[in-house]
Amino acid sequence: MTFVTKPRVHHPKLPVNEIGLTRRDYEGPVSTLCAGCGHDSVSAAIVQACAELSLPPHKFAKISGIGCSSKTPSYFLSKSHGFNSVHGRMPSVATGANLANRELHCIGVSGDGDTASIGLGQFAHIVRRRINMLYVVDNNGTYGLTKGQFSATNDKGSTSKKGLPNLYEPIDVASLALQIGASFVARSFSGDKRQLVPLIKAGLMHKGFAFIDVISPCVAFNNHNGSTKSYDYVRDHSETVTVSDFFLPQEEITVDYDPGTSEEVHMPDGSTLRLHKLDEGFDVHDRVGSLNYVQSRQAEGEVVTGLLYVDPDASDCHEILDTVQRPLNELEEAELCPGNDTLQAINESFR
Amino acid sequence: MTTYNDFVIRFANVNGSGSASANGMFAKALFRMGLPVATRNIFPSNIQGLPTWFEVRVSEKGYLGRREGGVDIMVAMNAETFVEDVASVKPGGFLVFDNTKPLATHLKRDDITEIGIPLTDLLLPVFTDIKQRGLFKNITYLGALAALLNIEFDVITGMVATQYKGKDALIAPNIQALEIGRNYAQQYLPCPLPCQVKRADAIGDKIMIDGNMACGLGAIYGGATVCAWYPITPSTSVAEAFEQHANKLRVDPECGRRRFAIVQAEDELSAIGIVIGAGWNGARSFTATSGPGVSLMTEFLGLAYFAEIPAVLIDVQRSGPSTGMPTRTQQGDLISSAYASHGDTKHVLLFPSTPKECFDFTADAFDLADRLQTPIILMTDLELGMNDNLSEPLEWDDSRTYDRGKVLDADDLEKVERFGRYLDVDGDGIGFRTYPGTHPEKGAFFTRGTSRDEYAAYTESPEVYEQNMERLLVKWQTAATLVPKAEIHSTDQRAGILFYGTSALPMQEALDLLADEGIYLDTLRVRGFPFGEEVYEFIDKHDFVFVVDQNRDGQMKTLLITEGELDPAKLISVLYFGGLSISADTIQSQVSEYFTAQKLPRLTEVKS
Repeated sequence: MTFVTKPRVHHPKLPVNEIGLTRRDYEGPVSTLCAGCGHDSVSAAIVQACAELSLPPHKFAKISGIGCSSKTPSYFLSKSHGFNSVHGRMPSVATGANLANRELHCIGVSGDGDTASIGLGQFAHIVRRRINMLYVVDNNGTYGLTKGQFSATNDKGSTSKKGLPNLYEPIDVASLALQIGASFVARSFSGDKRQLVPLIKAGLMHKGFAFIDVISPCVAFNNHNGSTKSYDYVRDHSETVTVSDFFLPQEEITVDYDPGTSEEVHMPDGSTLRLHKLDEGFDVHDRVGSLNYVQSRQAEGEVVTGLLYVDPDASDCHEILDTVQRPLNELEEAELCPGNDTLQAINESFR
Repeated sequence: MTTYNDFVIRFANVNGSGSASANGMFAKALFRMGLPVATRNIFPSNIQGLPTWFEVRVSEKGYLGRREGGVDIMVAMNAETFVEDVASVKPGGFLVFDNTKPLATHLKRDDITEIGIPLTDLLLPVFTDIKQRGLFKNITYLGALAALLNIEFDVITGMVATQYKGKDALIAPNIQALEIGRNYAQQYLPCPLPCQVKRADAIGDKIMIDGNMACGLGAIYGGATVCAWYPITPSTSVAEAFEQHANKLRVDPECGRRRFAIVQAEDELSAIGIVIGAGWNGARSFTATSGPGVSLMTEFLGLAYFAEIPAVLIDVQRSGPSTGMPTRTQQGDLISSAYASHGDTKHVLLFPSTPKECFDFTADAFDLADRLQTPIILMTDLELGMNDNLSEPLEWDDSRTYDRGKVLDADDLEKVERFGRYLDVDGDGIGFRTYPGTHPEKGAFFTRGTSRDEYAAYTESPEVYEQNMERLLVKWQTAATLVPKAEIHSTDQRAGILFYGTSALPMQEALDLLADEGIYLDTLRVRGFPFGEEVYEFIDKHDFVFVVDQNRDGQMKTLLITEGELDPAKLISVLYFGGLSISADTIQSQVSEYFTAQKLPRLTEVKS
């Protein structure tokens, strides 16, 4: 395997964002994933979203577990620190990173093996803890790095590349996130940048735990007839419930979206999330309704995509723990150490 | 013959019956009379209904290890264990019991003195509530013991007042119960017994504190801002102590918000993951666990070793393997902690022996973790962690500053031509790190468990991998110079004894017992791993060295042989692993037997 550095020469006409940076400033080195891998599209969408939000590219903490998906944080935002940690344990590392410095944007990238199998417990509990982060699952239904075993998100009856059927029920991570209480839940498709980029932007700006399940086909092991996570299958069986369009207060970022009724969600940072409902009856503030809808469409073999649920007034873990506003990693002796006089008083209580 | 300030008293109770508070007051009263006391709580892994014992050793000489050979006074309040409790009294000792029902004939012993107190009968007319009556039974025998042992009554009533401060309605009935016991004893029993106490001045300014409390305070003083933990006996009270004190000491006076974050995680894997994530992001973070938790944390510990991330782990050891005896003590995790994880890993260990060292070493662990960029594991145990131990008072040098290790800030990065996270610039095996978000252009790197070069770039080059692993060994040598030095006492004997942790508690008594037999040993107390040069020099200097381990397999001996490439024949194990703490008698008898078996000369024999 090689480590390829991209040339740092910019096209002189590349557009710059509000802080004078081009999209290239948000990229990373060349990906070593297979050509056509859906995960690279997700990385590209993250690059575009961060550039369009004009966020400083070094103010992120990128955390991942193990697997193809978890390699991707090295392929975007190379000016930020990244941590490719332990299989299934990204949520705990992200929790620690976020507790240490609440000012960094925390992006966790995980896979379906990482999140739905080995890390299902950690996934469930980071949802409960409401860590302020964007949690993206690159969901391809297969173990790519170990060459094509079924993962727990793979549909029952779906076949492997060798033609063998999956015998077990799938875990739907988006439904799980809804059920446990995530304050932002979305699903998208890696090939649908028009839907995915606004969702990532909204998730990054959401205060609290934002979860996006991205169906991301594996071109090497799970993109054949019989797979329910192939490009063709997902295109044929997905139903978009909401198209979200994200605005920062200063300037509208226009996206070509389908017409429909609209609703503005005011985000805690002052920005606005505009939702376009394709289905008149779909309410993104109704957790139970959303869960029912996702499950009932799933029973029909349909993948519901779009923003499924958002609570714009959600709290995050730092609010729950009532921590100071300043990052904990910046506090110094004077703020941390109570000093010897206090210690002598404590001694007295043990006499 | 009357003896003063030298006995072992054991209280046999049913757990969940409220005895802990009365028994604790008993020990504290003796402490406040200036006597060295050691307390041991022997309890089941259960909340209510099973037998529990609380043992107090009083020793004006300061012998605070567990004493074998039976107890001097048994306060037998548990019908279920009555038979074995009666049997455990030393000949010449005393049995205190509720004689509302007379003692069965087959339980009578003519070599001990029966001290019957009709507790049930005494309390029946005074306390109508049956639950209250049960609770005050404990206080009543405390009152009787005060008279029997000549404990200053004011000291006890003073404690009742402090204990129930704010719940004033409880003070009067408690005092009443105390007086009922005392008055009965004074009127009907041979007070005071020939085995009694008198005020002394044998403890100076010492405090009585459990090691877990001291660890929790050490974490506060050491600057920990993130604690993640999962409940497991006997470590739980470390996190609880941290939180309890941090809620008072770590609150921003202006906004009232907390300058720390504590998370009860879903398991130990998550707890250490949170600690490592926080350490990676520049916060001082720690967890506390016991053996099974260390096992669960091993994958992460290997990552932290390889990715070079500071972390502090407090391992309050208990009897293993597996769940073993979760409420009993052991030094069973040395090997699993020292080499925790797959591949080549070694971890820095610290071995406190007293609550003061629990406090000091916990605070030091954060400096060491930052300096060495690696996990630091504090090896304490249930004996030290969960029992009130006599300790030097805790102290903090206000001029001390935290050593945050080699961290480059934005200004530093401006001056660096090319930042290399794993470059050994100083030759001590430690590279410079940066916190995430430090500089817009420089200093970012990708942390991974997979192989990387000095600039943190992915590589599978055999040379680069080996070079990195060799550098980690250089860092290991640096660690050996930074951990607390061994404590050595030498009078140039031929033989030595090496010990660590709570084996220090009975050591002076064991040495005195051995000296009576003409066996004199130089001593070395290990306080850190990797071992410093002084440890190997000590072993080299002696013909043979006893190594005291509270585990079956001689884990400290294994570490010494492995790390020092020592001749195993030179190290003789002294072992105890029954789940109680090691006693002076155990040490003395095993050492003495070795001298006899090897026909080694004893000093008395040489002299004569």
